[in-house]
Amino acid sequence: MSIPIQSRRQTLTPELARLNREIEQYARSYGLDFYETIFEVLDFEEMNMVAAYGGFPNRYPHWKFGMEYERLNKSYAYGLHKIYEMVINNDPCYAYLLECNHLVDQKLVMAHVYGHCDFFKNNIWFSKTNRKMMDIMANHATKIRKYIDKYGLERVEGFIDLCLCLDDLIDHHSVFIERRPKRKDHTEEEPAVVKKIAASEYMDEFINPKEFIEQQKQRLEDERLKRRRFPEEPQKDVLLFLIENAPLEAWQRDALWTIREEAYYFAPQAQTKIMNEGWATYWHAKIMTERALNDAEVIDFADHHSGTVAAHPGQINPYRLGFELWKDIEDRWNKGKFGKDYDECDDYVSKREWDIGLGLGREKIFETRRVHNDITFIDAFFTEEFCHEHRFFTYQFNPERGVYEIADRNWKNIKQKLLFSLTNFGQPLIYVADGNFENRGELLLDHRHEGIDLRIDYAKDTLKNLYTVWTRPVHLRTLVEGKGKLLTYDGEKHLERKADG
Amino acid sequence: MILNIEQDYLRFRQIVRGKIKQDLKRYISQGELIGKKGKDFVSIPIPQIELPDFRFGRRNTGGVGQGEGEPGTPLAPGDVDENGDGKAGNAPGAHILEVDLTMEELAQILAEELELPRIQPKGSAQLKTERDRYSQISKVGPESLRHFKRTYKEALKRQITAGTYDPLNPYIVPIHEDKRFLSWKTKQRPESNALILYMMDVSGSMGDEQKEIVRIESFWIDTWIQTNYHGVMTRYIIHDAVAQEVDRETFFHTRESGGTVISSAYDLCNKIINEEYPQELWNIYVFHFSDGDNWSGGDTDRCIHLLKTDLLPKVNLFGYGQVESTYGSGQFIRELENNITDIDNLVLSRIENKEDIYQSIKDFLGKGK
Repeated sequence: MSIPIQSRRQTLTPELARLNREIEQYARSYGLDFYETIFEVLDFEEMNMVAAYGGFPNRYPHWKFGMEYERLNKSYAYGLHKIYEMVINNDPCYAYLLECNHLVDQKLVMAHVYGHCDFFKNNIWFSKTNRKMMDIMANHATKIRKYIDKYGLERVEGFIDLCLCLDDLIDHHSVFIERRPKRKDHTEEEPAVVKKIAASEYMDEFINPKEFIEQQKQRLEDERLKRRRFPEEPQKDVLLFLIENAPLEAWQRDALWTIREEAYYFAPQAQTKIMNEGWATYWHAKIMTERALNDAEVIDFADHHSGTVAAHPGQINPYRLGFELWKDIEDRWNKGKFGKDYDECDDYVSKREWDIGLGLGREKIFETRRVHNDITFIDAFFTEEFCHEHRFFTYQFNPERGVYEIADRNWKNIKQKLLFSLTNFGQPLIYVADGNFENRGELLLDHRHEGIDLRIDYAKDTLKNLYTVWTRPVHLRTLVEGKGKLLTYDGEKHLERKADG
Repeated sequence: MILNIEQDYLRFRQIVRGKIKQDLKRYISQGELIGKKGKDFVSIPIPQIELPDFRFGRRNTGGVGQGEGEPGTPLAPGDVDENGDGKAGNAPGAHILEVDLTMEELAQILAEELELPRIQPKGSAQLKTERDRYSQISKVGPESLRHFKRTYKEALKRQITAGTYDPLNPYIVPIHEDKRFLSWKTKQRPESNALILYMMDVSGSMGDEQKEIVRIESFWIDTWIQTNYHGVMTRYIIHDAVAQEVDRETFFHTRESGGTVISSAYDLCNKIINEEYPQELWNIYVFHFSDGDNWSGGDTDRCIHLLKTDLLPKVNLFGYGQVESTYGSGQFIRELENNITDIDNLVLSRIENKEDIYQSIKDFLGKGK
């Protein structure tokens, strides 16, 4: 493995290396378990570059990275925010420190990073990610560059633009489930036989007339064709479907595969944002306050820690929510605040003071970080008490006053909204329904409507892009204001017609 | 050092400038450009290209937040994550810091973003004032101006090169040669005067939304011109069927009703300039905002005449911004376009909604007169 950032950087100064050894030791002593972690020191431009590249020093050429880079650079220059830390899920883990940070910040970041590294290694949702992604990303970059040399920047970049419009359309759970048998049973179907009514030979012609038999044969044949759908079941991994079935050139297929592979690599990070950031925050707080801080650093630490977990009234800060939840879980399992007895107790005071000295907190949080993702995490641990204690609310747009305002503090509503926003990353659910729609080789996608309409202009543009890949008319079945609609792009114009939802 | 990303960055800038990939142009969003005095709430435009994908429409479903307040308590606009997707910042480890900007910095950002040319002061025989600014470092100077940090740095450098620096016993003793002092630079600043004259149509068809647009736009124009001139006078005229001069407060908060006679305002404007601001001594900027629904064609002709013969020869810039309104016919701007050509200190701009303000300011001030 080569050193990713160009040579000029030495890894760590002796002082940082010493701090790193110290923090690593603390982290291990608490039972955190991680791959070897390599820190590198970057200046802010390099940091912004790596951040724009999603944590990697090398990505395929594309303007979207330049766009992100500009955004980061500007907001840094204007003092809007700065990136303290970055770490990538890889074996070994790579993490970056910002050159100009204070020592106490570097310590905090290191402690935070070890939290992430432990999470990457042990959380089940990361278990299928490629741990050599550093190399893979570099290979992707080389590959795409090669295609650019061969087919021209405009063509390759244009195709990647198309792919990026579609890169949400993957099936995040498919890596854990066998959606379809690996080997299909290709035995030939028995030709359908029309059952005759038993009759003696001389009556047969009258009881089972020839025309009727022919008619029945035809009907069975039609049904058999109908059953031969493609795909057999609605397929959520639209990208895979396109790779396998769209009439693409080899390089395009490969580029699409590349985008898909990267989308799958990043998916678990989005799936566990709250848990993962909360976990890292929990551990930096623990390691710093119990071990690593010295007296002079307390104020700076408190300042930065509180900045990390600050609440913004109209937003969920994943650092804060995760951090508070982890603390709450530990506390509840230490005191035994769960289970039948606790749930059925209706005395407020004794519930609050409940402590049966169970002491399972630490064990519970380690177990939780192993098996949950954000959705199941919130579902299991976002309790009514927690919700009230931390003053959560739902808000709504009030058209009369033209402002967003607090709607209610009902736990059920809050939890429901939170879970909804996390479902499928807050993206609509889109499936491939038919790759041979109306027997004309057209593509039909289904939007599984769950209460919120799609943004129609974007959907139309996306269909147009999809058309370029599929090269035949493409359709999307969705609901618009409660009515079934079929949106179509036929290569020249957009069409809309009614459809049954 | 050249970063790998440089190429991606250049490519992105080219797209934004419309040099390549025109088809992406319509996905460029500029972000909002809103300044609020008092609360110092500023958003900086950073162009972003949003590729289309399947996504939910605008969710008025709201979201989940955290904090104090009873049902019905409004949230500050900047606090709400309008997508309601519950993701706070997409960059890993991004911490939002408070911004504290002075008006000067703000104007500088504005200039960078809008790529505005500096306004040239009128005439060359202008009075100039001199001001001293302590913006330099010098090796000599009085002790009272000693720059501690620079001096320390010099001493540290010297001790490290000389090998007398001991990290375990880090005493830094500056000698005479290490000392650095603050020093000043005399800056000449053209003492030219500028007048900004705002006119607004307050007839029945100008609603709150239209006024909001005028307010935001004039704030930015004000900010920009203030940084270019030392003494800026601002005058305000409102008009419906008749025009009157008002103070700032009234200008932004009046709601009148009734018809529209635009020439009444132009008359008054002309009068103010003639009586108080001779064009040889003043740089004059006039901005007029209306929904473009003038009362009669005859009056429009009169306006055009006034502009051609009286106003345009005197002013540096005459900006006419037409705000989209559901009631107005919007005819006025077309009349101006058709009848006044080849005069380049008249700038016309259509402002359909808040997002257009950015472009409109660019239209108005892009020429730098």
